[in-house]
Amino acid sequence: MNPGNPRRKGGKPQSPEWADGLKRLYDSVVDEPLPDSFAKLLDQLDDPSHG
Amino acid sequence: MADEDKSPRPASDPVAFKRDLTGVIPHLRAFARGLCGRPDLADDLVQETLLKAWAAQERFEPGTSMRAWTFVILRNAYLTDMRRNRFRADYDETVAERILVAPAAQEGPMHLSDMHRALLTLPPERREALLLVGAGGFSYEEAAQICGCAVGTIKSRVGRARAALSQMIESGQIPRRSTADAVAHSAIMGELDRTVLTGHQNDPVLTDKD
Repeated sequence: MNPGNPRRKGGKPQSPEWADGLKRLYDSVVDEPLPDSFAKLLDQLDDPSHG
Repeated sequence: MADEDKSPRPASDPVAFKRDLTGVIPHLRAFARGLCGRPDLADDLVQETLLKAWAAQERFEPGTSMRAWTFVILRNAYLTDMRRNRFRADYDETVAERILVAPAAQEGPMHLSDMHRALLTLPPERREALLLVGAGGFSYEEAAQICGCAVGTIKSRVGRARAALSQMIESGQIPRRSTADAVAHSAIMGELDRTVLTGHQNDPVLTDKD
């Protein structure tokens, strides 16, 4: 088993070496803490006076 | 008799919806960042997406993928903004063109910022296909649904995007700045900010935040 194997099924058996970089690029954003602006926005959603 | 065992939650449960929506925000940010390059505009796009998703929550089918559903909304918002030329010209064209004339002059591992710059040189529809399949982990079928096109089209776009990136990387043509990446990145972003401010002084979307 290749530990770096992408989870995706049906992909090419050998991905180019940069493929892992693409995932890490994506994951690096996923792992960022959320800016406060998102918490504010989510709070607004519950406010019945909003929208 | 309630059918609770088949349906994990009522069709419109705002609490569950909000929880799921919150859960996909990091993915929306990653997708948006990959699409449009600029972190601040990407987050604007995500916020727009969240508001639209919230307003349209009754159209979400519980049990289906919140991530796929919201990606469709984000993608549509992105395309609308692209048509309005909100950020395409500022980043994808001007900067991509400029960084392409600074070919890789160093050996060493590829940094994430290199990857991002390389990605941003791809045509938007190929970039999006590669992001969905190669980074987001969607199947070709899911990506086709998100993009509203045939599975074969997605496969073709992903294949072309991979080929372009492979070629760019193998030939040493990664759009890489000759100075340290972090410094170059902030320099690019600084220039972009100035470009955007100059070009969009009358755009309330860009100027009314504080």
